[in-house]
This record gives sequence, structure tokens and C-alpha cells, in this order.
Amino acid sequence: MLKTVLALVMTAAAVLTGAGGVRAEPVVMEPRPWEINLQPAYSPVMEMVHDFHNLLLVIIIGVTVLVLGILGYVMYRFSASRNPVPSKTSHNTLLEVVWTAVPIMILVVIAIPSLRLLYFSAKAQDPEMTLKVTGHQWYWSYAYPDHDDLTFDSIPVADDQLQPGQPRLLAVDNPVVLPVDTNVQVLVTADDVIHNWAVPSLGLKKDATPGRINETWVRITQPGTYYGMCSELCGVNHYFMPIQIEALSKEDFAAWTEKAKEQFASKDKPAATLAGVGQAN
Amino acid sequence: MAYAATAGHGEHEHHPTGWRRWVYSTNHKDIGTMYIILALVAALLGGVMSWIIRLELASPGIEYVTNIQFYNVLVTAHGFLMVFFVVMPAMIGGFGNWFVPLMIGAPDMAFPRMNNISFWLTAAGLVLLMCSAFVGEGPGTGWTVYPPLSSIAYHPSAAVDFGILALHLAGAGSILGAINLIVTIFNMRAPGMTIHRMPLFVWSILVTAFLLLLAVPVLAGALTMLLTDRNFGTTFYSVAGGGDPLLWQHLFWFFGHPEVYIIILPAFGIISQLISTFSKKPVFGYLGMAYAMSAIGFVGFIVWAHHMYTSGIGVNARAYFTVATMIIAVPTGIKIFSWLATMWGGSIEFKAPMLFAIGFLWLFVIGGVTGVVLANAGIDFVLHDTYYVVAHFHYVMAIAAIFAMFGGFYYWIGKMSGRQYPEGLAKIQFWIFFVGVNILFFPQHFLGLAGMPRRIPDYPDAFAGWNMVSSVGAAITMAATLMFYYIIWHTFRYGKAAEANPWGEGATTLEWSVPSPAPFHTHEELPVISGGGHGHGHGGLKPAE
Repeated sequence: MLKTVLALVMTAAAVLTGAGGVRAEPVVMEPRPWEINLQPAYSPVMEMVHDFHNLLLVIIIGVTVLVLGILGYVMYRFSASRNPVPSKTSHNTLLEVVWTAVPIMILVVIAIPSLRLLYFSAKAQDPEMTLKVTGHQWYWSYAYPDHDDLTFDSIPVADDQLQPGQPRLLAVDNPVVLPVDTNVQVLVTADDVIHNWAVPSLGLKKDATPGRINETWVRITQPGTYYGMCSELCGVNHYFMPIQIEALSKEDFAAWTEKAKEQFASKDKPAATLAGVGQAN
Repeated sequence: MAYAATAGHGEHEHHPTGWRRWVYSTNHKDIGTMYIILALVAALLGGVMSWIIRLELASPGIEYVTNIQFYNVLVTAHGFLMVFFVVMPAMIGGFGNWFVPLMIGAPDMAFPRMNNISFWLTAAGLVLLMCSAFVGEGPGTGWTVYPPLSSIAYHPSAAVDFGILALHLAGAGSILGAINLIVTIFNMRAPGMTIHRMPLFVWSILVTAFLLLLAVPVLAGALTMLLTDRNFGTTFYSVAGGGDPLLWQHLFWFFGHPEVYIIILPAFGIISQLISTFSKKPVFGYLGMAYAMSAIGFVGFIVWAHHMYTSGIGVNARAYFTVATMIIAVPTGIKIFSWLATMWGGSIEFKAPMLFAIGFLWLFVIGGVTGVVLANAGIDFVLHDTYYVVAHFHYVMAIAAIFAMFGGFYYWIGKMSGRQYPEGLAKIQFWIFFVGVNILFFPQHFLGLAGMPRRIPDYPDAFAGWNMVSSVGAAITMAATLMFYYIIWHTFRYGKAAEANPWGEGATTLEWSVPSPAPFHTHEELPVISGGGHGHGHGGLKPAE
């Protein structure tokens, strides 16, 4: 018991100190060794997730400590050696009403911020640009309909071809590039099986389902590199179809789009691959 | 009546002997025993698979399972085995068959021959499932079998078809078993055994049987459509043909969510019996307990899409499923508090079954509160498909159910076999298992929060630390599991003869009024129940004889 409680307290402490830090340097947001909490937040949605999770942690640790505390006390106080004659009590209406009503009140306390967060995370307000994401076995491709349908594939980097600084199973050859401080509408689909486009530190996770277009959004708060992994079992290389986002300032992003249009134009690819359209290669 | 210590059949019984006794069996005790043996076999298979999975995940890199499709097959088969061929057969087929008739004072199940076919369909399902792993590429779909990954284009061999037919057989067995249990409980209770005097284990099996009856046919329909999609060119789950992959997800989880209650409700029943017996008190708030289970069963049917928060369902649907799911915490809380109140004022004997009941409470509370977190669509989408979910459901459902099964096994093995388990060894097994599963699953919360996806054989190096801890826990758990099999052998080889009631004044249900081992036929003359007042449940029961 002590071990669990200790771990939970450590989690709470980390929440108070580590989350949502604001740094001037470009961030590199990959998982950290011995992490016991959510990845730090770099989008408004993920910041709200952190706040909500902190509230939930307090509640669930409180409930757990209370219940397991009572359990421990009961085991001590009412063991056969200390209490040889059992009572015959089997009803207490007031008690039963209380332990029905109090959880309901706790749930209301949870539900209000929960639904506020849900509706905030559901849809971008006034999106300034759109990113189209298509999952394939086993890589992602990206299209920018607002930037002359700039389209490219994002192929995972094999272990033996990693450059210094590139994390294993997370790096790709062509990261998807997005501007910071911009409401980006993200449309997610797939052209074979179901994948899931997820970046934990940005609060992004959406199924990429063939034949359907799912919508999510992001507003990145800091320039930097953000990593994620496919989050729906999609076959053999499911573990190895990472997502890498490079977030640039708006000016750098504009410069990048010009350069990228030239770079990827030469590849002679069809426009954004939507469901039903054959795989581009 | 003769009750030799060997097998529990008297000399004068007119029933087949040798292999016919088992293959042709219409006896609820023999069929229950076969279900338990089936579960023990499947648990060893599923357990070894989970151990291979944890071995692969102990450190980064693809090290042991170099065929990754095979790794996915292991993940899939582990889930199927544990759900359909370990927990369900052990709890419902095994303990349900054995103790529902004994507890309600019935001579046997209502439909003894149907009972036989229920078991053999399940056994055939297990054989088909094991075959599926050796056909073609094997089913690497996860137990959720989402199309299009499970479609003919991505799993071209007959492996998935084998899996589908395995579930069809096991499902048919479950439906027939559920009908049998419902009819038995409604029609074959002894005089005086009113619905509100039934032991809570019987209540839990009754609610579970209704869940099976309503949920499994939905799975059967969904599986049949998948089968025709794969083999006959239909397009139920393909947008290109006017279908939708989400149709499968809705149907699967309309079955799948009640399914997790099918797993945990019988555990509730067992835990209620254990806590009452070893606290030497009637269950606190009997009616609240019974109707909390019924409420959990009902609400379990209207929360399925909380498994689909990232699938693209609308935001209003997610809001509804968030609220509906959180409501489950209320009847669940009633159960937890009532168990604590049952122990309160009791005179608690810490025998091995009670230790497992207390371990169950520990696991169920920790797994329960993370369930409240995951209920919220606004935060679940961050944790969806991560190890947080793996930790949650192993705590709240899988390992909690295993604790109830271990507890139930030790509690009833004397009644079933006539031999009592070794108390000291069982307590040691409890402690090793308890420590093992907590080291195994608690760090997985951290991995999930940090973003490690499920169902992967390799992971970014940053996740190495907690994965190693988790795998050490898996090794400890495996040791305790193997020790359990040794204890079974030890019990049958060296176990002391069990008394009719080894637990004393706390054990008031009817199975303790018959000898140990329970004779081949029991309650041939119906007991008359003239127990305590309304609402006291089994606490007030006394056989009239």
C-alpha cells in the first residue's frame, strides 16, 4: 500500500512542478525516461488536459487513499483476534444513502470541466489553415490544401540510418511542418486499414479510418519538434510508423512552404491521397 | 449416501463410468469440473503468451519474437483465451455450474443435456482458436478484430475465419449456458428460497446470464457479417461498398462492454460470499448489492462507445457516453462500500480465500478510479490505445477476476474435491501473486501517461525503465501462477480430507450443508428454506432438514 501511495504522491508532485513549462528554446518533445506523468503541454487543448488531469488525480488519489485506508483499518480493528464476536449489523439506511449521494456529487464536480474540455477539443475555432493527414501501411502522408496542395510522404527512419539526435522509432525523413500560434484544422483519413494520428504533447489523437474523414485541431504554442506514434493496431509495422511535427514561426513556415513546393513538386505525385485512391508511389 | 474421498460418486449411482462419465455427462458437478479444467488449460496457454509478450517488452528492440505478425497473434490470442476460455468458463461454467444448483437447493441444472453441449461447444471453440494461430499468418488483429485489418485483403489466410468460428462456437455455448442458468435460477429454487434470499453469487450469475443472452448474439451477428465480408464479397464493413468500418466497432463494443461485466459480475458474487463467510457476518445491504449488480448490468449496455472516443463519433455522442459511463461509478461504489461495511464489525479470519478477496478490493479500487478518468472523452483521447488503458483493465477486470477465481477456488476446492488446500502454501502464493501483479501493472499507468501505445513489440528507448520493472513483475506473477498449479497437485496428492463445512459459522449457504466432496447427486429431497427475514440474504438461511 505504501508503495502505491508513494507512487501516487510522486505523480502529484510531478504534476505541480513539471507540467506545461514555457521555454524560449525550440523544444524537442519526445518521451522522457522514467516519466510518470503526461508529456508536457504545448497546445491549449493539452494544457486543459493537464489541468483536468490534475483535478482528477487529486480526486482519485483521495478516493483510493480513503477506501484503502478504511480497508486497512477494518483489517486491523476487526480481525478475529481483536474482535472475536462479530456484530450482526447488515443495514444502515443513512449510510447507504450517503455512499450513493456523495459519489454522485463528486461525479458532477468532474463532469463540468470534463464536458467543457471535450467541447473545446472537438473543433477548431476559425481555423487558419488545414492539414490533411493520410495513414498508410506503414507511413503517413501529408497534404496542405491551402498551400497549393503541397503533398509529401513521411517515411520512418530505420534504426541503422538514424542521424545523431534522431530518436529511435520516432524520427521520419520528412517531418510535417506547421506554424506556431495558428489554429490548424487537421483532417485525418487512411487508405488501407485504420491507423491513428497521435502526438501526446499537443493533445492530438484521431483515428485514420479508410473511407471516413475525421477532424481534429491543434494550435502549437512553441517552435520545436514533437513526436508521436501510430495509436491503432494496423499490422506488422504498427510500432514503427511515427509522427514527427516541426513547428516553425509563421515567417519560417512561409519560407518553408515555398521551398517545400519546389522540393516535393519534382516527385510527381498525385494530389492529396484520400480514401479509395491508390497509394502514391 | 456414500461419499468416498476419491471422486464423489457413490457405489449405487447409475451413471456412466470411465470416459463416458465425462463426455456424455449431464451432471452439473462433472460439467463444472470440466469447465474448470478447460480454464486451467487455457490459462496456462494464455499465461505463457503474456509472459512471452513481457519478455519481448523487457528491453527495447525486437529481440525474442522476431516475427512481428506472430507477436500480434500472441497479443490477440492472449486476449481471446483469457476472456472467452479462462474467466468465462471458470466463473460461469465452472463455479456457476457447481454452486448455483447447490446454493438454491436444486438437484441439478434445468437442462442437463444442454449443459453438456454448452461445455463441448466451448471446448471445440478452444481447439479452433488454437488452430487459428497455426493457419497462414495467424490472426494478428487484436481481440477487437477491427476491419479492415481483419478483412481478407490484410489477413488473406483462413486464420481469421478460424478465429471467427471459434468465437461462434464459444458464443453458442455461452448463450445455451445462459439460458440454462436463467431457467434454473427462476424455476428450480427450493421451497422458501425466494429471489431475495438467494446468495449474492447466484444473483451475480443471474445478472451475468442475462448479459450473455443479450450481448453474445450481437457479437454473433457482427462476426457473421465479417465472415461474409471476408468470404462472400459482402461489404458490411467497407465504405467502398456502402458499409462502414465503424459499424463493426459499434456492434463489437455493444457486445464488448457488457462482456467486461460478464467477466467481473461473477467475481462480485464470489467476493460477496468470501467476505461474508470470513467476516462471519451477513452481507451488508444485501438488496442494495443485488440491485447494484442489476444496475451495472443495465448501464453496461448503454455505454459502449466510450471505447470509440477517437473513432470520429460526434462530440454530442461523446458527451453522452462520458456522462453515462461515469454513472457506473455509483453502483460500483455501493458495492465497494457495502463490502467494507460487511467487514466492519466482523470477526475476520484471514484465510487464503479472504486474502484474495481483500486483494480483489485493492485491485478493483485502483482499477476503478482510473476507469473514472478514462470515462471522460475529454481526457480519454490522450490515453486511448496507450498502456494506461492496459493497466486500467488488467487492474479492474482481468487480474481482479483472477483474484476472485483464486479465492473461489480455495474456498470451494474442499467441497468440490473433498480435499482441503494447503493453507500456508496458498497464503504464500497470494503474497507472491499480489506483489507480482502490482509491480507488473502499476508502472504501466506511467507508460501510458507518457504516451506508450498498446500492442507494440518495440518502443522508443525512453520507455525502457518502466517496461523492465513491469517485466520483472511479470516474472514474479508467472512464478506465483505456476505455484498455483503446484498447489492444485499438492491438494489432490496430499490434501487433508475436507469437512462438510470447513469455514465455521460464517459459511451459511446451502453448499456447506452437504458433505465434502459433494455427492454425485445432491438435494434429491428439496431442502426447505426458513431463513431470516426479508433482505438478509443468505445470512439468514438455514436448511430445514
